[in-house]
Amino acid sequence: MNSWSRFNIVSVVLGFAFLYLPIVLLVVFSFNESKLVTVWGGFSTKWYVALFHNQGLMDAAWVTIRVALLSATVATALGTMAALALTRYTRFRGRLLFSGMVYAPLVMPEVITGLSLLLLFVAIGFDRGFVTVTLAHITFSMCFVTVVVQSRLLSFDRSVEEAAMDLGATPVKTFLEVTLPIIAPAVLSGWMLALTLSLDDLVISSFTSGPGATTLPMKIYSQVRLGVTPEINAACTLLIGFVAIGVIIASIMTKRREVQRVRDEQAAFAGR
Amino acid sequence: MNKLGSAIFSRLVIILPYAWLLFFFLIPFFIVFRISLSTTAIAQPPYEPVFALADGLSGIFAKIGQFSFANYVWLTEDALYMNAYLSSLWIAGVSTLVTLLIGYPIAYGMAQAPRTLRPTLLMLVILPFWTSFLIRVYAWIAILKPEGLLNQFLLGIGVIDQPLIIMNTNWAIYIGIVYSYLPFMVLPLYSALEKMDNTLIEAAQDLGCPQISAFWKITFPLSIPGVVAGCMLVFIPAVGEFVIPDLLGGSQTLMIGKTLWNEFNANRDWPVSAAVATILLLILVVPIVFFQNAQAKAEEQGR
Repeated sequence: MNSWSRFNIVSVVLGFAFLYLPIVLLVVFSFNESKLVTVWGGFSTKWYVALFHNQGLMDAAWVTIRVALLSATVATALGTMAALALTRYTRFRGRLLFSGMVYAPLVMPEVITGLSLLLLFVAIGFDRGFVTVTLAHITFSMCFVTVVVQSRLLSFDRSVEEAAMDLGATPVKTFLEVTLPIIAPAVLSGWMLALTLSLDDLVISSFTSGPGATTLPMKIYSQVRLGVTPEINAACTLLIGFVAIGVIIASIMTKRREVQRVRDEQAAFAGR
Repeated sequence: MNKLGSAIFSRLVIILPYAWLLFFFLIPFFIVFRISLSTTAIAQPPYEPVFALADGLSGIFAKIGQFSFANYVWLTEDALYMNAYLSSLWIAGVSTLVTLLIGYPIAYGMAQAPRTLRPTLLMLVILPFWTSFLIRVYAWIAILKPEGLLNQFLLGIGVIDQPLIIMNTNWAIYIGIVYSYLPFMVLPLYSALEKMDNTLIEAAQDLGCPQISAFWKITFPLSIPGVVAGCMLVFIPAVGEFVIPDLLGGSQTLMIGKTLWNEFNANRDWPVSAAVATILLLILVVPIVFFQNAQAKAEEQGR
């Protein structure tokens, strides 16, 4: 049965138009000659040139990239552990509290998380700066990694793991040689998700950052408040471009891996 | 050795993330609560601590009499806070409903799409989520301004003869929330609808049930878990939203996330902002627990 009716097609197309039109307009107007963001004055790349001469923005971009790479990596390690704990070790003391702490940050308003982390850092007398922003980003993004990895851990055939254990592999070895290769695409997409969440974050960064650790969203925000400028459009377009390239590379990689896996499985069956 | 190694491994896997979340997620809430009971001071940090952990339990009990509930009293006395809470809940509620009404047909359409097309459509819904939230909100400023692209377009085709004033009103906030949170609604709805067995609908239609009542009697009830998850994912963060009311709403808009931000950054009143956060958390505890239960149930079924 294939009933992709006209109504269905129209709602999907309209929905996607709504999702993409603002982003497309933003990108188009970053190439606008005119300083007015909403009046087209011809094609120009001068705002990109201006952007690269804006030292403040460049510094902020560098801080943001370092925070994102570091926090995404630690968050992926912790998030994967939490996912393992929730799916493989179903019985341990305080599991209810643990799963609560994993799911709550997903929906917690950022102002609350930001304020509470700031007050924690003040309470323990930790100077705010690069380290505190990174710690804060790890905390909120690890839970997203957990959800992504957890869904993969739940959906794959556990008998492979059990077979490895029966054949005498230690849990560590089983994890490294059996589980990790299978969940690798999910771990990678968890890492990418953590990276983008960190690159994007404004509210939590603003609360937990200190002098010398201004991130790009904080910089963009302070300029946006003064008005829309084509330079910010250009900065946003570059960010969108980076993310798009990353996502495309990741999806090609996972697809290739998937094809390879299917081929391996077929070969294994043929060899039998 | 083998057994010991495995015991250490399983312990570590649990303890590391557990300890991290305890320290960076749970304990901070108690600190927020503690500071909400203290009084403002012109100092660095700008509050007078009421009790310290060094006092020990008995010391804390002894100091209960000194707890200052003045910040909470202040919140009830100034109508600003009450109005901000109520209008946040209202704006988040209306936006959630609109997001559901827009998101459902999209998710339904995706679930009905040819099987080969579905992964691409799914990817297209997730993709905007990868672009910065701030950027997506910012993009709307150029569209909604009085001299913005929407008004230019509508004036150009002659639908209106005066620019619509949307920017800096609650309308802009509704548009911003619906737009930004739409993927959060579509994804759980899609995963609920995609799993559905189409033969149920066919059976109903064979037995003479009209298409529309088959939808309301079969499809919709079976998609309720997706509806609940989607609504929670939109409603809870939207209540505390800061970026959208700040950039799209005007100075007149009242939302509690913005109030908290101003209280903290502009007025530098840490105890009052801690009290605002505590109340907001208490309001959101019920929907958050609801959301967690739904998540746990889904996880249970997945196993």
